Amino acid sequence: MADETSKHNSQKQAEGVGVGTHAHVHHEEHHHEVSFIRKYVFSTDHKVIGIQYGITSLLFLFFGFTLMMVMRWQLAYPGEPIPWIGLLLGADRAPDGIMLPEFYNQLGAMHGTIMVFLGVVPLAVGAFGNYVMPLQIGAIDMAFPKLNMMSYWVYFMGGVTMLVSFFLPGGAANSGWTSYAPLAVIATTGQTVWLIGMIFLITSSLLGSVNFIVTIIQLRTHGLTFMRLPFFVWAQFVTSFLLLLAFPPLEAAGILQLMDRVAGTSFFMPSGLVVSGIALPYTGGGSPLLWQHLFWFLAHPEVYVLILPAMGIVAEIIANNTRKPLWGYKSMVYAAIFLGFMSFVVWAHHMFMTGMGTTISAFFQTTTMIISIPSIIILTAFFLSLWGGSIRFTTPMLFALAFLPMFGIGGLTGLPLGLAPPDIHLHDTYYVIGHFHYVVAPGTLMALFAGIYYWYPKVTGRMMNDMLGKLHFWGSFIFLNGVFMPMFIQGLAGVSRRLYDGGEQYAHAQSVLQWNEVMSVSAWLLGLAQIPFIINFFLSAKNGKKVGDNPWDATTLDMAATTSPPLAHGNFERVPEVHRPPYEYSVPGAERDFIPQHERTA
Amino acid sequence: MHDLLGLPIDASSHGHTIDEMIVIIHWLMLVLFVGWGGFFTYSLIRFRRAKSPKADYVGVKSHTSSYIEVAVALFEGVLLVGFAIPVWSNVWLSYPDENDALVVHVVAEQFAWNIHYPGKDGVFGRRDISLVTSDNPLGLDRDDPDAKDDITTINNMHIPVGKPILVYLTSKDVIHSFALPLLRVKQDAIPGQAIPIAFTATMTLDEIRDQLKKKYSLADGHLPENLSTLVASTDYNAGDGTPILAKGELLNEDAIAKLREAGISSIEASQDTPVEIACAQLCGLGHYRMRGTLVLNTPEQFEAWLEDEAAYLE
Repeated sequence: MADETSKHNSQKQAEGVGVGTHAHVHHEEHHHEVSFIRKYVFSTDHKVIGIQYGITSLLFLFFGFTLMMVMRWQLAYPGEPIPWIGLLLGADRAPDGIMLPEFYNQLGAMHGTIMVFLGVVPLAVGAFGNYVMPLQIGAIDMAFPKLNMMSYWVYFMGGVTMLVSFFLPGGAANSGWTSYAPLAVIATTGQTVWLIGMIFLITSSLLGSVNFIVTIIQLRTHGLTFMRLPFFVWAQFVTSFLLLLAFPPLEAAGILQLMDRVAGTSFFMPSGLVVSGIALPYTGGGSPLLWQHLFWFLAHPEVYVLILPAMGIVAEIIANNTRKPLWGYKSMVYAAIFLGFMSFVVWAHHMFMTGMGTTISAFFQTTTMIISIPSIIILTAFFLSLWGGSIRFTTPMLFALAFLPMFGIGGLTGLPLGLAPPDIHLHDTYYVIGHFHYVVAPGTLMALFAGIYYWYPKVTGRMMNDMLGKLHFWGSFIFLNGVFMPMFIQGLAGVSRRLYDGGEQYAHAQSVLQWNEVMSVSAWLLGLAQIPFIINFFLSAKNGKKVGDNPWDATTLDMAATTSPPLAHGNFERVPEVHRPPYEYSVPGAERDFIPQHERTA
Repeated sequence: MHDLLGLPIDASSHGHTIDEMIVIIHWLMLVLFVGWGGFFTYSLIRFRRAKSPKADYVGVKSHTSSYIEVAVALFEGVLLVGFAIPVWSNVWLSYPDENDALVVHVVAEQFAWNIHYPGKDGVFGRRDISLVTSDNPLGLDRDDPDAKDDITTINNMHIPVGKPILVYLTSKDVIHSFALPLLRVKQDAIPGQAIPIAFTATMTLDEIRDQLKKKYSLADGHLPENLSTLVASTDYNAGDGTPILAKGELLNEDAIAKLREAGISSIEASQDTPVEIACAQLCGLGHYRMRGTLVLNTPEQFEAWLEDEAAYLE
């Protein structure tokens, strides 16, 4: 139904009819009751799908985080029984409550997979993108609502597949989230199921990205030119291109690896392998490095899939809470587009240690240095946006502000890894884990929390509690740093990542081993720090302070031109027409300190 | 900065170039972070709502930030062209002539490092996967005349200092990564490929132990942690001159008791095997224990070791 509505409206928008007038389309087409299942389960409404994505991905984030909290026990107290849950894990995972190395490796692989593919990306793109983007462009839904629904359910199946794999004989995948061949090809059945799960997740992303691109190009309301798009929409737009163009090679590679496992092909398996003294029957002369190239061809752009939507969220919140336009909006947009292009030609900096010659390494080092420039431009624009503002330290603003230095640390620590010689010492050490976690956890996750606090009143019509929000913020901020900062210390000392005992066997790790306990305790306290959020998230839906239609006095259509929550169908009482750039705050001479994009007169 | 960053001892001839880059980049990071952080903190205080009730529509007017961005880009360019690319190609990828170097084959497997020396004839014997057994993990064909004098070890690599080492690295099963943190060496071991790596050690094991020695108190029944992995850093004798512990000897509770009796209340010791081969790439459930030791000998010690091994073969 909704896609009919959407077509109808897009056609009208294309013809310039019905825009700025009462959008009664939905009144005519929806007199009949929509069943519960079509309304809440198999919904084609982008807002319901956004909420479905949001709740599912938050649950996966929590689950992925729990896996890590269990791992951190083994790292802090190697070989000691895990308290409380140790005995529940079963003899093939943790006999007498003591974690086995094979289970540790499962937790490691699944923590990465779940956090990236089932947690952060679906929250950043599936949830925020789906819910907010059509509202911000004045569209009544996505261009292809049924594809949108399919995207969520295929993602859901991918998630279930990943979860089920824990209960297979041999457990879940245990070859890292990177699934490097030959290790992954000779691994237990969990790896097969992981590959199938990945194929679902990739398919879901492809369906979503096509939809986002078409929606942003075709369904922008009148007057909403590209240079009037909120930065959040730009971020989602570039992100969608990354997903669309980077994922297909990995989907193909995933199928090839699946064939290596189940059909005896040898795409990634060289001849002459001997495992535990037994010669393997792979004779096709495949290349393990081919897998790495195909994997990182996705996985590097994927980093920007994680970061760009976060930057989009931060942009909205900073403009709103400094009460002034973003500084350098245009250069930010160009930087984001450039970042997107460049992200396709840096992948092999993950592979400097595979035996790379001068020419190839020079190319990838150069592109890697180049890609740091647009990131610096965007970050600098955020910092400069603060200057001259009238800054409100609301809960979303605190999270958005924290994103800046945290992402700064994440980005800066990428420099020594992006140049091949220093990478010799730091590659595959805890330094790398510290680096990318600063980008994704204290960086992107902080931004995603900021987004939840910012759009929650729009989604539910009620505010989240400010005191609980601030408690959540300070706890998260302090303990995230407690978890990740010591990783740099261990990495500089040369401690390898993915060690089941946290490096206890190694002499060179002895001087920095004491940090394992600090990191683990921080991780558990970080877990506790999420309790105020969980309480706040559920209780505020019922008891939160009721808000008006524009709870933050914002300028963009999602906040200013819709009710809170937006109408179930069609989003807007009147499809708004846009008259100005996205962040017209504190315009000299204006009555109020904000002028919504759709207001006719200044 | 080198010490502040906690970089380990560097016992290689090329490691200082890597360390210098790590140090320079961390200076850059520090300057940028402090600069951004200062601006950030000042802005938050100066432009908080109470102090700045009305926002300025335009904000920053100067172009300083663009100049800073250009400066950072130039600095990165210098790092790239002046350091990274030349170090990679002229230092890391420069290989010695095989005649001047000690050539060693390293074959990784789950979860051990097989080290293969060519022996006196300088020629590696034939290896064949069909000959692999638990006693012969390399599948070395001992019937091959070239293999007769070949020396193989597991998880224990001996090399002389001052002589270029040329390692050909491969793997029997999955991808491993051959990492020598104290020599700033790291290279993935990839099945189906033999990848060369070259380096020269500059410090012997004894010199490294000397640099890493620490004082451990023996008073009040104190015992050093990980006692069995420590060696004495100097000779310890009883009052009458009877030797208790010789330099380089492993500590043990007996010796500690005797030291106490002799009235010695603290002891200098260091790790027995501080120079390690670490596996840096996830290679399966035993990845964490895929540890080898590297023994850095003087050329004389190395020759003596080779003699011993040759004698053992015969």
